[in-house]
Amino acid sequence: MIAYIVLLALRFSNELPAQGGLLDLPPMRIWEWKMAAQTLTEKILARHSGKSSVEPGENIWVDVDILMTHDVCGPGTIGVFHQNFGREAKVWDKDKVVIIPDHYIFTADKMANRNVDVLRQFVKEQGLPHYYDVGSERYKGVCHIALPEEGHTRPGEILLGTDSHTCTAGAFGEFATGIGNTDAGFVMGTGKTWLKVPPTLRFVFKGDMPPYLMAKDLILAVIGDIGCDGATYQAMEFDGEGVYALNIEERMTLCNMAIEAGGKNGIIAADQKTIDFVKSRDKASKPFLVEKSDAGARFARELVYDVRTLRPVVAKPHSPDNRAYVDECKGTKLDRAYIGSCTGGKMTDFRAAAKILAGKEVKIDTFVVPATTEVARNLKTEKLGNHTLEEIFLNAGAKIGEASCAACLGGPSDTFGRLNQAIRCISTTNRNFPGRMGHKQAEVFLASPLTVAASALTGLITDPREFLS
Amino acid sequence: MKLENIIQGKAYVLGDNIDTDQIIPAEFLTLNPAIAEEYRQFGRHALAGVPPAQGGLPKGHVLFHKNETDLVSDYQIIVGGRNFGCGSSREHAPIALDAAGIKAVVAEFYARIFYRNAVNGGYIVPAETAERLCEKVCTGDELRINLEACIMENLTTGEKYSLRPLGEVVPILEAGGVFPYARSKGMLPS
Ligand code: SF4
Repeated sequence: MIAYIVLLALRFSNELPAQGGLLDLPPMRIWEWKMAAQTLTEKILARHSGKSSVEPGENIWVDVDILMTHDVCGPGTIGVFHQNFGREAKVWDKDKVVIIPDHYIFTADKMANRNVDVLRQFVKEQGLPHYYDVGSERYKGVCHIALPEEGHTRPGEILLGTDSHTCTAGAFGEFATGIGNTDAGFVMGTGKTWLKVPPTLRFVFKGDMPPYLMAKDLILAVIGDIGCDGATYQAMEFDGEGVYALNIEERMTLCNMAIEAGGKNGIIAADQKTIDFVKSRDKASKPFLVEKSDAGARFARELVYDVRTLRPVVAKPHSPDNRAYVDECKGTKLDRAYIGSCTGGKMTDFRAAAKILAGKEVKIDTFVVPATTEVARNLKTEKLGNHTLEEIFLNAGAKIGEASCAACLGGPSDTFGRLNQAIRCISTTNRNFPGRMGHKQAEVFLASPLTVAASALTGLITDPREFLS
Repeated sequence: MKLENIIQGKAYVLGDNIDTDQIIPAEFLTLNPAIAEEYRQFGRHALAGVPPAQGGLPKGHVLFHKNETDLVSDYQIIVGGRNFGCGSSREHAPIALDAAGIKAVVAEFYARIFYRNAVNGGYIVPAETAERLCEKVCTGDELRINLEACIMENLTTGEKYSLRPLGEVVPILEAGGVFPYARSKGMLPS
């Protein structure tokens, strides 16, 4: 990074050595530099491929900063790694591989447990320091929330993970995207991957958020507008004072669902809140680079939203882009409410739900699943009025599960909260494709934690404004 | 799989937004594709998440496997609509189709990660068409794809459709995946 800054300084002094310069980049004059205005995504990709700038559509090789895998895709990735680099091969950099079992954890399923054993064995053989084992003090839960909690997310980096919601980490001003086992096996052995530079779409949120809206409403509105293929092969950058007013967890919710519009990555330039969060979590205090899109950067499309005029949103079955406003479908009868996952299982989500549920009783089965063990611990200590959030949920009649992905993706039939029948559920999760939470004929409505909590109290889809006045 | 210029087989037709939960439901992700026998088992569960009415268009309610326990399907080519393979990054999705004997998918376009996984592992050929073939081809039609000529012929009806060139992924598919490709280019030791 320091070399890069020196290089920049040299560039602006217009005195680059003609040949054999730092990083082996071609010499460039200051006016050329100004012309090549780049988006944040382009800047990060360029720097990781040793280029001064990149163009959308260009195929490049990049150096990867962090590779993450979990119990569902880890065993396959390890298989690809062994098959191609040899049984005795070592990962490219022990410090850059993070393994977080989170999907099928609290189940009696033998195969699921076997898969965690595969991870354990690999971690032991390789001596990997960043492993969060099931049944140990270190166990975390959902990988996308565990990554920032444990200091593995930093602005300006490239994070790849064998999970499509790896895009969540774009909230930290980095390039983060999901990859398959073969790609991950390749990265594990080489630290490199090829990427096609995506064009960037920009979403600008103006105005102050009303108290009945959450980031979930914003992103469901965006996906409803552009469709679940509206950002295919493209970067989604979120910008505007409405975004920077959000806390880090809410920004993660925005980026988390970029994939539901087909986006390659979601990204928010880092500000002081990001820097403070990252510094408070990274025990190794690795240096990082804070950047943002240049003033003249080219965006493939720009959509501007005034958040003051938005209303609470749901995605109706069976697609995240099947948008409706809560006031349009209020009164729809429900069988279950679910609050959890990497999208809706963070402290901000539970604070919002608790505000609505405090002192009241749910009318339908309500499942609460903290994303991580840290969130679970905080539920026991953080108070709203005289009660902890955990007490508020239990007193309301909700059931609380253990930190993991749980029923967000269905999973084995004994999974906590899984929809084992063709019932109708309102959920803070991110996907409602047929069968996603279990039964093929079950219907899932996606909504914000405020809307889900309000609906749990009535057993009908309910506008949170009814309980917030 | 090595890339063959001619791919011929029976069509199984699906609609838009066939997501990875439909292609391989999460409950089967406990199988480890790195183990050969478990890889084969994915074939049996391929498309298990497609709601019956949407399986085998235009009629629907057409089973993808003749018998529930069959590992391999009677169909070799899937015809889909828009955004095929959206949703999760699970490579189990193209693996399940490969294990079920699918050689190619023909769709209007793909979700990014599915496309990449299909190519990287060399599992299936993800062909694209400008036409909305999921409303023209019927499940059971005999199709013949000529990749070089970028043409798909419906041998049952005699119709011909053009395919988009596979373009930059051809060398990877020809090599049989990203690892053999990288080795052939000297990027990895062979
Ligand atoms: S919580 Fe749901 S969406 Fe998030 S990683 Fe787990 S299964 Fe995927």
